[in-house]
Amino acid sequence: MNVTADADGLRVDLALARGGFALDASFAVPASGVTALFGPSGAGKTTVLRALAGLEPDARGRVVVRGEVWQESDRAVFVPPHHRRAGLVFQEPSLFPHLTVEGNLRYAWRRRARDVGARWFDDVVGWLSVGPLLARRPEGLSGGERQRVALARALAAGPRVLLLDEPLASLDRASKREILPVLASLEERLDVPVVLVTHSLSEVARLATRMVTLRDGRVEEVGPVEELLARPDLSHEPGDPLGAVIEGTVVAHDDDDWLTTLKAPCGEIHVRRVERPVGTRVRVRVLARDVSLALDEEPRISILNSFACVVDRIDDAERGEALVRLRAGEGEAAVFLLARVTRRSLRALGLAVGTPVFARVKSVGLEG
Amino acid sequence: MSTADPSTWAAVRITLAVAAASTAALLLLATPLAWWLARTGSRLRPWIEAVLTLPLVLPPTVIGFYLLVALGPDGPIGGPWEALGGGRLVFSFAGVVIGSIVFSLPFVLLPLVNGFRAIGERPLEVAATLGATRLDRFFSVALPIARPAFTTAAVMGFAHTVGEFGVVLMIGGNVPGETQVLSIALYEHVEQLRYDEAHAIAGGLIAFSLAVLVFVQTRARVVPTGGA
Repeated sequence: MNVTADADGLRVDLALARGGFALDASFAVPASGVTALFGPSGAGKTTVLRALAGLEPDARGRVVVRGEVWQESDRAVFVPPHHRRAGLVFQEPSLFPHLTVEGNLRYAWRRRARDVGARWFDDVVGWLSVGPLLARRPEGLSGGERQRVALARALAAGPRVLLLDEPLASLDRASKREILPVLASLEERLDVPVVLVTHSLSEVARLATRMVTLRDGRVEEVGPVEELLARPDLSHEPGDPLGAVIEGTVVAHDDDDWLTTLKAPCGEIHVRRVERPVGTRVRVRVLARDVSLALDEEPRISILNSFACVVDRIDDAERGEALVRLRAGEGEAAVFLLARVTRRSLRALGLAVGTPVFARVKSVGLEG
Repeated sequence: MSTADPSTWAAVRITLAVAAASTAALLLLATPLAWWLARTGSRLRPWIEAVLTLPLVLPPTVIGFYLLVALGPDGPIGGPWEALGGGRLVFSFAGVVIGSIVFSLPFVLLPLVNGFRAIGERPLEVAATLGATRLDRFFSVALPIARPAFTTAAVMGFAHTVGEFGVVLMIGGNVPGETQVLSIALYEHVEQLRYDEAHAIAGGLIAFSLAVLVFVQTRARVVPTGGA
């Protein structure tokens, strides 16, 4: 994932001042895969996305997408939105009220990029399962259905880049469950860069491979999701728990105990049985609050997952707690975990950077 | 009610012709104007909107008077027009249509401005990201979404033209078969104490106006209020 030299990705340097808000964001996005633009509300995430699509004419700077210069204010270059081919899905689905679902999709299809294959329309309809909705009118659709149609419409135009502005934020739980698998499949189905705006760490863990964190209009961090989600000092919203992400491969299923075993750099991970074939790469998320630390490997305990680690870094957290980053494995193969423990436990166990510990994980969430 | 006489039928024909011609012209004229007014950030906008809606509050005779002066053979419009070989504008059908356009403009313009404003930026932004050019966005998104506003505008413009009196009298006079519209025919019948014919026209106009307003109300569109 060499980002700076990636000519097929996005290179963004944008500045915009409006009222009391100043945006000054520079980052790169690789040619394929989902990059999360993460930050609290008001950080400027949506503005960045709109500026990428050409909807913020006051934004200055430089935007290069897959080798095409979309904007270069110093040379007075500003490609208008209808020539950019940025597939933007707004937080509210914004379907055309005067057209049916099919009319909405055809609207995009009639204006598609020249290099889009003839079968693409049917592919998109099938992939997003919007076939049964084609004759319906937007006002009769559920929130999840609308968002699916909006995504299908953006895809039907054959976008050069897909921009998703909090596509899950305005949905209820059922609708979220309906659209999450679709978003999770973007990575393998779509050959264009995807930028996903979100303020939810679990969406980042579930959907993205890289992330850019934005705060008060400025980029704070850019990097792989595994690396940034293991940062104890990652700024996030108080109700959104921190947790590290680990990639593993399915190695075995145990039907009697209803468990699946994954092989990861930190050792074997046992999770509730998942219907994935052996050999599949999956990603699990381990919340810091679900990890306890032990100095000895006591076997007589109900917890299934325990990894030998070394304390890598200790950060103070709120209310007498501390966030401990743990490293399992060495060098390139090392993975990180986060554990939230009390400062009293830190002292009692005499933990310091370099102390070998066992991380006991109460619960492992599968992230797809 | 007695059977209307032939001159009344001529007045009906002229009234409908004037209303149809001025409504058509108004829709063509007011659509780009309304689009601009609905979306411009210009500081001149309130002034321009005020001038264009002036006919709502001015006595029709004031407009009629200035139009008479402007369109007359020595006026700034009528003079050059006749010099270029155009016919007489005052006391003619064409003059009445021009007067109606000016007088009914706000009734067509305001529903369209409101209709365009109600669309908001979002559908147009979506269309732009899907590859629609400016002109394409206007025809494929703005016009169809604002269609109810066009119905309201056309109906209000037509009905208001049918009901006008002062402007027509000032600029068109009372030429039977040329500029004598229903409201003026009614006035003449009353002057001559022919109340049966007056009743036929007045009753007919009430029924027509009521039908128009019910039509507009059932479509629940906002109609401009003001003197007429």
